[in-house]
Amino acid sequence: MSFNPIVALGSVAAAALIVMGATSAFDRFSSAGSFVASPELVTLAPGSFDHPQPGEFLGKGHPVAAPRILTTISAPLKIMKYQVSAAEYGRCVTAGRCKAADTLDSDNFPVTGVSHIDAEAYSAWLSAQTGATWRLPTDAEWAYAAGERFRGDIEGGTDDPNNPALRWLAQYRTEAALGRKSDPEPRVKEAFGVNSKGLADVAGNVWEWTSTCYVHATIAADGISTLSSIDNCGVHVVEGFHRTYMSNFIRDGKSGGCAVGTPPDNLGFRLVRERLNVVRAALRRLGFA
Amino acid sequence: MLTRREALLGSVLTAAAVATIGAMPAAASAKEVAGLPRERITLVAPPFVHAHDQVAKDGPKVVEFTMTIEEKPVVIDADGTQLNAMTYNGSIPGPLMVVHEGDYLELTLINPDTNTLAHNIDFHAATGALGGGALTLVNPGEQATLRFKATRTGTFVYHCAPGGPMIPWHVVSGMSGAVMVLPRDGLRDDKGRPIRYDRIYYIGENDFYVPRDEQGKFKKYETAGDNYDDTVKVMRGLIPTHVVFNGKAGSLTGENAMKAKVGETVLIVHSQANRDTRPHLIGGHGDYVWEQGKFANPPAKDLETWFIRGGSAGSALYTFLQPGVYAYVNHNLIEAVELGATAHFMVDGTWNDDLMTQVEAPRAIATQ
Repeated sequence: MSFNPIVALGSVAAAALIVMGATSAFDRFSSAGSFVASPELVTLAPGSFDHPQPGEFLGKGHPVAAPRILTTISAPLKIMKYQVSAAEYGRCVTAGRCKAADTLDSDNFPVTGVSHIDAEAYSAWLSAQTGATWRLPTDAEWAYAAGERFRGDIEGGTDDPNNPALRWLAQYRTEAALGRKSDPEPRVKEAFGVNSKGLADVAGNVWEWTSTCYVHATIAADGISTLSSIDNCGVHVVEGFHRTYMSNFIRDGKSGGCAVGTPPDNLGFRLVRERLNVVRAALRRLGFA
Repeated sequence: MLTRREALLGSVLTAAAVATIGAMPAAASAKEVAGLPRERITLVAPPFVHAHDQVAKDGPKVVEFTMTIEEKPVVIDADGTQLNAMTYNGSIPGPLMVVHEGDYLELTLINPDTNTLAHNIDFHAATGALGGGALTLVNPGEQATLRFKATRTGTFVYHCAPGGPMIPWHVVSGMSGAVMVLPRDGLRDDKGRPIRYDRIYYIGENDFYVPRDEQGKFKKYETAGDNYDDTVKVMRGLIPTHVVFNGKAGSLTGENAMKAKVGETVLIVHSQANRDTRPHLIGGHGDYVWEQGKFANPPAKDLETWFIRGGSAGSALYTFLQPGVYAYVNHNLIEAVELGATAHFMVDGTWNDDLMTQVEAPRAIATQ
């Protein structure tokens, strides 16, 4: 095709118009020329709640149910209303900052087939694009935002030192009795409705990565305080219909789980926006991390 | 002069002739067979097995079974992948039929006119006529009845074999099952002592070859006939898309996990009509295993994994010693975990600390 200056100029002008016309919808931190709209956020007021801890816990050398600890979210929590969509994630892929997801979903579907590593890459890219700090929620933040839809681990209860199999069988029976059928096809955003906190699609068929590491902990006789713990940050907590734990590089939860137990249908994520002080925001806009 | 070679061959031939004469079953006349008592069995879907005596109570009889062939779409994994299945009696695998040595197995095979294909049945336990295949080819709207004498004990595959390229396609569409011919006086261990089972489970393993579209997603077809060309292409690659127990990935897990109790002896019959497999009970063993499935051979003892040749059925007897959740897998672990060949046993009972104990739970590595 020969170069046609009129057509070329026309399309540049049209692109400029689109940018200008749409800027109002963009994040107020975004610099001119950025194409990234700020995702819709839900702001949750600070509060406290009883939180069953993620990980595996020993008391007196035997597995016990996870301790429930009063957890406080001390500042307003700004979290995405929707899981990151395929379209949003796709822009990071186009920018060369994210690896293409394993699953090809339509634009207004949540992105699936993404690992913890992918979620981190997207957070970094989105932060750079918007001048804000975006990150995965902690397990506690996710649970707070999930509200009534939070389930946590499928528990086998406290171990009987004389018969460890009782706990394994109890856990297996509980999980089987939930009767959740595999539901692998991602749905259009908001297909799973909005919870009491205003978040969409919590505990649907896309499980979400968190920033909390898998942990082995020994708890004290009070059943609450931790005597010692060993983190394994090569594995992160994944939240959804139930809580599970996945290696960071897993993109398909079905093949990343353990020998027994229901695997996640899909892996995706949503992010929280960190409150940023004015100086840091200005530095970031100037290109300093 | 007799050479050593001739002598050897001669003695072999003589031995073979003697063995043949010895093994030749006495032929009963039609009238004699007609005079035998008859028993009608209603089949049950695997992994369960119809009620039967382990030791025969009386003399030989004619045991009657009926199977209706059903062509129907079935879901074979958690992703909803559909197979245009062909089934004996509606299940994959077809039901296990149990008789005793010397009994006559009489099967009525029905191919309703709602089906679209011709089918038959080849019993590996039967002698002659391509295992009965030549006498049972039924078009939609037809039925046929075959009777064969159960002359050899063991577990044996049956499968559809309607000729040429139809044979593997029907088999990998689900048309296989197994027959168990018990010795009249029941099972024996390696020393010839009688052994019994408290429960029996029949696990049929299938390899499926579902074609994919350009995006790599499994394709769906209206009818079995529509998938034939595409499926044969996948079959020729010899790499299955699914390797499953009881017709579907996960079909013997969760609510459908097999049950047993500590102290119970379980006989697990395992068939694979098309492809080799290697069953393994994670955390358990095969106390007595008829790897080739034939009870005239003494069972192997204390196996960790056993080999079932494609086109055969074997069985393993195990007494559970510990409670818990056991995985029963094809120990090609890629096939077990990625392709679907995993089942579970839930075993209740008392833990035996002597057999296993956790001396110390995971903790930080001790510093010097």
